[in-house]
Amino acid sequence: MKNALGMSGLILDEPFLWERGKKGRMGMSLPKSDVPETQLSDDLVGAGPDFPDLSEVEVVRHYTHLSTWNFGVDTGMYPLGSCTMKYNPKTNERQASLPGFAQAHPLLPASLSQGVLKIMHDLQNYLSEVTGLPAVSLQPAAGAHGELTGMLLFYAWHQKNNQRRTKILIPDTAHGTNPASAALCGFQSIPVASNQAGVLAPQDVETLMDEDTAGIMVTNPNTLGLFETHIKEIADIVHAKGGLVYADGANMNAVMGIVDMAQLGVDVLHLNLHKTFSTPHGGGGPGSGPVCVTKDLEPFLPVPRVAEIKDGFELSDDFPESIGKVHAFYGNFGIQIRAYAYILSMGKDLKTASQLAVLNANYIKESLRDTYHLAYDQTCMHECVFTDKHQQEHKVSTLDIAKRLIDYGFHPPTIYFPLVVQGALMMEPTETESKEDLDRFITALKAISREAEENPELLLQAPVRTKVRRLDETAAARKPCLAG
Amino acid sequence: MKELSELNFPDDVKYSDDHEWGKMDNGEVLIGISDYAQDQLGDIVFVELPGVGDTFEKGGEFGTVESVKAVSELFLPLGGEVVAINEELEDAPELVNTDPYAGGWMIRVKPDDPADFDQLMSKDVYVDSLKE
Amino acid sequence: MRYLPHTQADIDSMLAKIGVDSLDALFASIPEDCRRQTELNLPEAMTEWALNSHMDRLADQMAVCPESRVFVGAGSYDHYIPEVVKQLLSRAEFYTAYTPYQPEISQGTLQAIYEYQTLITRLMGLDVANASMYDGASGLAEALLMAIRVTRRKKVAVSQLIHPLYRKVVQTYFAPTNFELEELPMTAAGRTDLSGIEDLDTYAGIAVQSPNYFGCIEDLQALGNTIHSAKKTLFIVGFTEPLAYGLLKSPGSLGADVACGEGQSLGIPRSFGGPGLGVFAARKNYMRAMPGRLVGKTQDIEGKRGFVLTLSTREQHIRREKATSNICSNQGLCATAAAMYMATVGGTGIRKLAQLNHDKAAYLQKALVDAGFEIPFASPVFNEFVIKFPPGFAATYQKMLDKHIVAGLPLEKDYPELSDHYVLCVTETMDKPDMDLLVEEVAS
Repeated sequence: MKNALGMSGLILDEPFLWERGKKGRMGMSLPKSDVPETQLSDDLVGAGPDFPDLSEVEVVRHYTHLSTWNFGVDTGMYPLGSCTMKYNPKTNERQASLPGFAQAHPLLPASLSQGVLKIMHDLQNYLSEVTGLPAVSLQPAAGAHGELTGMLLFYAWHQKNNQRRTKILIPDTAHGTNPASAALCGFQSIPVASNQAGVLAPQDVETLMDEDTAGIMVTNPNTLGLFETHIKEIADIVHAKGGLVYADGANMNAVMGIVDMAQLGVDVLHLNLHKTFSTPHGGGGPGSGPVCVTKDLEPFLPVPRVAEIKDGFELSDDFPESIGKVHAFYGNFGIQIRAYAYILSMGKDLKTASQLAVLNANYIKESLRDTYHLAYDQTCMHECVFTDKHQQEHKVSTLDIAKRLIDYGFHPPTIYFPLVVQGALMMEPTETESKEDLDRFITALKAISREAEENPELLLQAPVRTKVRRLDETAAARKPCLAG
Repeated sequence: MKELSELNFPDDVKYSDDHEWGKMDNGEVLIGISDYAQDQLGDIVFVELPGVGDTFEKGGEFGTVESVKAVSELFLPLGGEVVAINEELEDAPELVNTDPYAGGWMIRVKPDDPADFDQLMSKDVYVDSLKE
Repeated sequence: MRYLPHTQADIDSMLAKIGVDSLDALFASIPEDCRRQTELNLPEAMTEWALNSHMDRLADQMAVCPESRVFVGAGSYDHYIPEVVKQLLSRAEFYTAYTPYQPEISQGTLQAIYEYQTLITRLMGLDVANASMYDGASGLAEALLMAIRVTRRKKVAVSQLIHPLYRKVVQTYFAPTNFELEELPMTAAGRTDLSGIEDLDTYAGIAVQSPNYFGCIEDLQALGNTIHSAKKTLFIVGFTEPLAYGLLKSPGSLGADVACGEGQSLGIPRSFGGPGLGVFAARKNYMRAMPGRLVGKTQDIEGKRGFVLTLSTREQHIRREKATSNICSNQGLCATAAAMYMATVGGTGIRKLAQLNHDKAAYLQKALVDAGFEIPFASPVFNEFVIKFPPGFAATYQKMLDKHIVAGLPLEKDYPELSDHYVLCVTETMDKPDMDLLVEEVAS
């Protein structure tokens, strides 16, 4: 492993919180009481939870140690396909933590909340501009939440037209959240196979589309990293039978400033602010999944909505056809504000970001095409899909390649998704990776391929440099231990 | 995953095209999954079984079998009423991997029509179907 | 632009490798009629310094304490957040990491969430907690859906004293289904009235909130006893203020099958209502039916302790349309913040903090009674309570708003029969002089 990034470091172990501490320690500065103590009756009062008592230093050491076991975007390249692990700008963190925003109560009169309302209003407009769809709701708290909102919009729209349709067409390359969201609204998922070129064929949609089908959920670009070239024709087919088109915007990072989603015939689109718009992934959220819709669907959007009034903004519930609410308040405002700051920082360079994201993915594709088997040999968008076909000859798999990449100092790409590609290795570098980092990544993958031929044990035993080696997921599922 | 020649297919049970086996025992049919099925699934972590007394039509989904990364539905190859389930599988789902035809049995069914049992494949027919 | 490292030389060399002569050429597969006809019409990119000024100006247009005195909770609470929590949460290895699907390099996130799950089970008095839902409202909707899945019954009932916005979210989730959603009335004392239910075992689940929207502590023991007289019906206890359980008996100890609510009080800033934290805990027999991610403890090939996401076959990426939920991204960083907060406050501290919240609210409640105002609901409260002000109070309320004092939230919009009723909240952040000022102002 000459010149590889992965080295050995001093990794400190750390017990559980409840294995630390001593009764009576405090990590918090308890406020002084300036009022008398009042007792609640005994039948209501309990002993309090069995939490450990830790000093402030113990808390700091504990979490500092834990953080050193994590690999984040700030640590190194994180080419997870369809996740868009781009750099999370630090200025966004500064803006979100301004007390005026961080301490804002959501239920105060609008006159006391003008700053946040302007941010929401302007962000809606910017997202509308980027997607081409005129009406936006920021309320969904994640992409899947946006999909659920979209399905609720479909349901409401059909209901208004006195229709009760029971099916949704979903491509076989779809993310699992798509059929799961459709099912929550009582729709049956009808799979549509992608063709040899990795995209949907209009005839296949036409065969399946009927007047019992509420519409289609597409991802464009799709999860193979390809633009759905027949999308307009497909949208026409669906519309002709009275259906709607939902677009999963998870891969929007490939087409900002390049494609107009409304022009494609899309009726509802969700965006992932924690992908395309640089907000941090947080180890599993919080995200934000705004939906953008056509004028026709605008009346059904969740409430309340930000309205511009004389001298400012207000929140209005006065939308009688609204589907209601999917979030107690207005969605993840703390995340929306980061996306707002990002858009203000990038301006028209959002288009440059998409261009460079696509450049980076194609560069990786070209550089590795002779080493790994390419699932689809054509220009890709912002991500490309390889497989372990060549390496399987040496009895190593996608999983082993991924684990060995860890020893080289990279987060592995997405593995075994999309399901239509056996042994998929889906790589999305994003635009924030430099050519040097891409070259290091490419070099590492070439070295791993050589190791697969010459010394496959290195892959099968990987990772060796991490705090823990491969974990027993079978035991974790057979005898779940979910609390200490 | 193993080669076909390394897998075990007893002669004294019959097989369905969903990779289940059935064994007639005193008018009732024991059901489980074949060695091929468990090998394909990998380490089994959980088996979801129906309740005693539940009834199913032929082809009805009577449960699921889960590995860490996959779920497979189980379909009854003949219609009937569940008269017993293998409670050992709750604590030891790995029995399906280690002993699929005996300790890993799943349910015992009183068939609506015992003739349905004869429709299942013999071992040779099943093994041939796997070779395709 | 500082986030885009490519120089022109980089771009040229990469294009050459790919074998095309321009960036545009990479988009050749996109048909002309799908392309934007115009440039992106967005404001000119701001420098970091211009952005700071812009945001500072917008922040100044907000009403925040201590300049303002906001006596409002209703699902979003003002609690002190120790600097320790903010600093530790800003470690980039926590917040720039993805979902821990590659566990070997995510043990920080995984142990932090495992610890969060554990502390929540202890706070709620239940066996298993997930890694979070989006917020208390969507968590409640998912709990009701779980009850329906598990019991195979189609009817649920929710208390009228659950937060009105939570009930709206539940209605929205239920709209496309054929499940029945009933509402339970309240007693004169401000608690949930179950007496009207005759056929308990036709219900999949019954949900209440404690402390409820009026701040009243429900009699969970009695409710649980009634509900469990039916064999399978689930007793779901929601909450918006988890700090209450630093002092009150846990929902689990009083018979709850599921406890689900909003965890924002545990070290998460209000942030205009989001991101919050959907806390979700249940008895162990519901483990495989639960929505959301679960972190489990296991060992690696060398026998070392480690953690992984587990029971994933419940989730959308495997089970797809049959998943227990469609949830993917949840509120992972907020759960981490909550764990850090619970670790910092500690067992001894949380009890004192909860007691302090109660004392402060009790002080204000008494001061208002002494000033001649009415307490319409007799049930004990934690840190929120309802006051009935005299008719025409709305004018006083508005005058106080102009002085940046928010005297609670009016109930009339959601409870039309309760005009001039306001629900007020006091936490450890409110000083006695602030409370005395409120009393003075309302009495004038």
